[in-house]
Amino acid sequence: MKAFTFERARTLAEAANAARKPGAKFIAGGTNLLDLMKLEIESPQHLIDVNGLGLDKIELLPDGRLRVGALVRNTDLASDSRVRRDYGVLSRALLAGASMQLRNKATTAGNLLQRTRCPYFYDTNMPCNKRHPGSGCSAIGGFSRQHAVVGASSACIATHPSDMAIAMRVLDAQVETARADGSVRTIPIADFHRLPGNTPHIETALEPGELITAVTLPKPVAGTHIYRKVRDRSSYAFALISVAAIIEPNGAGRVALGGVAHKPWRVEAAEQAMGSGARAVADKLLAGARTTEDNAFKLVLVHRTLHAVMADAKKG
Amino acid sequence: MNEFDDITLTRRDLLIAGALTATAAAVPQALAAPQGAAPEQAPVSAKVNLQVNGRTHVLELDTRTTLLDALREHLQLSGTKKGCDHGQCGACTVIADGRRINSCLSLAVMHEGSSITTIEGLGASDKLHPMQAAFIKHDGYQCGYCTPGQICSAVSVLQEIKQGIPSHVSADLNAQPLLTPEEIRERMSGNICRCGAYSNILDAITDVAGRPA
Repeated sequence: MKAFTFERARTLAEAANAARKPGAKFIAGGTNLLDLMKLEIESPQHLIDVNGLGLDKIELLPDGRLRVGALVRNTDLASDSRVRRDYGVLSRALLAGASMQLRNKATTAGNLLQRTRCPYFYDTNMPCNKRHPGSGCSAIGGFSRQHAVVGASSACIATHPSDMAIAMRVLDAQVETARADGSVRTIPIADFHRLPGNTPHIETALEPGELITAVTLPKPVAGTHIYRKVRDRSSYAFALISVAAIIEPNGAGRVALGGVAHKPWRVEAAEQAMGSGARAVADKLLAGARTTEDNAFKLVLVHRTLHAVMADAKKG
Repeated sequence: MNEFDDITLTRRDLLIAGALTATAAAVPQALAAPQGAAPEQAPVSAKVNLQVNGRTHVLELDTRTTLLDALREHLQLSGTKKGCDHGQCGACTVIADGRRINSCLSLAVMHEGSSITTIEGLGASDKLHPMQAAFIKHDGYQCGYCTPGQICSAVSVLQEIKQGIPSHVSADLNAQPLLTPEEIRERMSGNICRCGAYSNILDAITDVAGRPA
């Protein structure tokens, strides 16, 4: 690990000020960033500990939305009685991810900012456009079983590893941030993560020094909340594919996919086909898919998992 | 006469000597900085207060020091083990402010004022924690390397179920989770045992869970 200076920010203004230092990075749970720092995939020169900013509350807003502080731990979000009752898809997605030790540390904002688990991103001996823009993509033509089937580019076929973010996408959550100049803004989750294009190293809409302060959930969304994750082990493994869904008794609803793209994958137009069965929805969700020999199974897996989810919803 | 009679190194000493040799061999390469590279930041140290097993420690540490290394290398509490050092195996599990975490994925300087419980704080050889006694009774280990982490997790699992924290296998998110083998297995999945003592570990935890608190 490269050496770095360290400070604990006590206010947003302090954090914003500190973020101007060269090579500065915020740290909260640290469960992903420290792992990457040990491998020198990330080498911040200055770490700003934001754990003291008091952004660890979950509050019900007067209009019925639920505001989740950036520093709320994954365990606390999954266990919150309002989340368990009204946002089951989110609780389920969180509990399907990582281990209890990691969920006890990992934060809401940090979970959104997780970096890919592409093995070539982790292998510093191999070209990777995320690690070294312009160096090439080793996954294209390499082992690509875990990789993206939609929205990828010739520069990168990595997937986003988060379960939580898939549920946030199906709920249409809003990401609240504070910019380095003190201004604040709200980014719809649909626009928060980027597709790789020619700049796969730029993964989110955040500007340098911009800090996530909260993620706000809409008013409770009626319907059966389901998160179905398919993986190589039944616990403590990343998704091959996952389905987050909220389905009403009449079969209408919304659905988002994990493990298939560089960002949580939702195609609102596909949801018009919910009444026509899983095949119709899957075809629309995965229109234009480009697979490799290794990951072509994901198309079949999405269809079958979606079928199972829709059948479960019917049972109630 | 045995030619090894004068060698009294313990297995631990040997492991340390081996690690030092490897480090020494690596130094010349590390010093040979590539030409034109940005100057490296010199090591930085910072002060941190840690409450470990009820005792306060003030440490001056390189900011890169993980909580795991602070415990093992600076406080000589070597019960907590370093397995993968990447949060994948659970050997480094400790309880920080009442919650189990991977101490390898946390910087010591981020634990200012934290209260840490390690395996040494749970029990001692003359006064075992009930979970330690149950692991012995049920043979919940073979080599023992993952055991301190397993025990810190196991103690926390029972606490988490009592607190009503749901898991991936809880059928009803809104009900009190049950003390079933399925729940315990899911909650222990962050602790790997390469000897494969899982079924005995489950027996040990079930035994402790079944006793009145």
